Amino acid sequence: MQKRSLTFYLLAAFFGLFVLFLYGPMLGIFILSLQGPEGGLTFPMKGFSFYWLGQVFQEQRVGNFVEPFLRSLFLGLVIAFLSIVVSVLAGLAFRSRFRGANTVFYLTISSLIVPSVLISLGIGIVFQVLDLSTDWFSSGLGAHLTWTVPFAFLIMLGIFNRFDPAYEEAAKDLGASDVKTFWEIIFPLILPSLFGIFILGFTLSYDEFTRTSLISGQDNTLPLEIFGMTTNVTSPALYALGTLTTLFSFTMIGIAIFAYGRMARRQQE
Amino acid sequence: MTAKSWKGLETYLLVAPQTLIFLLFLVLPILMIVLVSFWQFNGYSMVPAFTLDNYTSIFTSSVTVKTFLNTFKYVFLTWFFTLIIGYLVAYFLAFYVKDQRWQIILFLVCTVPFWTSNIIRMISWIPVLGKEGLVNQLLINLGLVQQPVEWLLYSDFAIVLGMVHLYNFFMIAPIFNSLMRIDRNLITAAQDMGASGFQTFKEIILPLSAPGIAIGSIFIVTLVMGEFVTVRMMGGGQSASVGKLIQTQIGSLQYPLAAANAVVLLLVTLILVMGILRVVDIRKEL
Repeated sequence: MQKRSLTFYLLAAFFGLFVLFLYGPMLGIFILSLQGPEGGLTFPMKGFSFYWLGQVFQEQRVGNFVEPFLRSLFLGLVIAFLSIVVSVLAGLAFRSRFRGANTVFYLTISSLIVPSVLISLGIGIVFQVLDLSTDWFSSGLGAHLTWTVPFAFLIMLGIFNRFDPAYEEAAKDLGASDVKTFWEIIFPLILPSLFGIFILGFTLSYDEFTRTSLISGQDNTLPLEIFGMTTNVTSPALYALGTLTTLFSFTMIGIAIFAYGRMARRQQE
Repeated sequence: MTAKSWKGLETYLLVAPQTLIFLLFLVLPILMIVLVSFWQFNGYSMVPAFTLDNYTSIFTSSVTVKTFLNTFKYVFLTWFFTLIIGYLVAYFLAFYVKDQRWQIILFLVCTVPFWTSNIIRMISWIPVLGKEGLVNQLLINLGLVQQPVEWLLYSDFAIVLGMVHLYNFFMIAPIFNSLMRIDRNLITAAQDMGASGFQTFKEIILPLSAPGIAIGSIFIVTLVMGEFVTVRMMGGGQSASVGKLIQTQIGSLQYPLAAANAVVLLLVTLILVMGILRVVDIRKEL
């Protein structure tokens, strides 16, 4: 027993260091973005103010964040919606065995493990050959879907695995059509999970960089704009932007977790 | 139409949208990459042809071969460190955190950064590792070094550190998942029969968590093989990876050459994934 508790403390200490490794640097730029106007890129902090956070919304010499943010926001919402629709439909189909199920399954999974640069290059070549111009809302949209749909699909499979088919069988025995059964029985039951998938799909898209990077066309999404800034900007404005967009992501994740927990609880009652 | 054939058709209609997305944005692009890798480049655009020049130039160029070897180095190091860290973290969560609520909370703590921007996460290393960063300040104040250590940032060290920082989630989640599935009675039984802690780990826990390790390893290998953002941001100018090479070639519109590199990259990645799948059967996990 004595020996065991020593292992516990060693592992707990390791875990603590790991959390520090995960969050420490991020915390560093949060703190540095609160410097005074004379602040620099490294510690120690020079002054304290919200100057740099305000600077993000001002006209910038090196770039504008409001438009890329709106683009990423819009794209994220569309991607999240499409991911849900597509994965719910596929999830419904996967409840019964059908020929080709394995193929569709592996096709979806392989999208996760194909090196991202290939997706970007490949879609770029397709657009080039077809003589289409690449844009964040066309080629970029496609690239994002290859990243978000597999996650949505895997979560969906998990949800339907745990789903009790007795409810919908009862509905069907009472003469409800497939469509009616879906909207009145299945949909309300999976709604909390759908909300979770929506937020996760949104944040995955909102922060996506690699798959979009070569094919976003003229107008940048927010991660691409930030990447462009890293080479030019040498002021804490960069950290301030990082802080704001990370807080935004945190808020979304928080809402997802909170709402999921709440809705799941309400359903149990 | 009979009820049964409608049921069959309905299933296919339901999977059609998802299948279509991957045919359009995954299969077609990769087929086009393979096709274009045999095309020619005339100095400003690609021309349909059938030539092996792109491939011969890859294997005869010592720079390209070195770039591939360098990429393998990143893959191996990142895999090694994420595995060690991921396993210890997952093991702690699965076996040493008894309260289920805390287990979920701590697991969420490990996963939340994954849902934030990779770019920002890399930028956040600048104040820590930079020439005037925290680590250097500490080392100088302690009198351990006279001059700031230069290789902390913009180096291979920084690249591997950045990748371990970004991708450890992909190792932790599958390993945690497989550890949680282990029947706790097996462990109690082993202990009752007099197995030491290490024996229990080696004979029971490790083999049963192998599928998780395999899935995590597949993720790490495929993520790092195509990496170019971390290499660019954390590595400064000199560091090379295949992903970065492809990106540079696209920048100068050399699509056929970039495509040939991508095909070789894909084949190597597939071989590595097949190798992992040969060692470990992951189908039970899916």
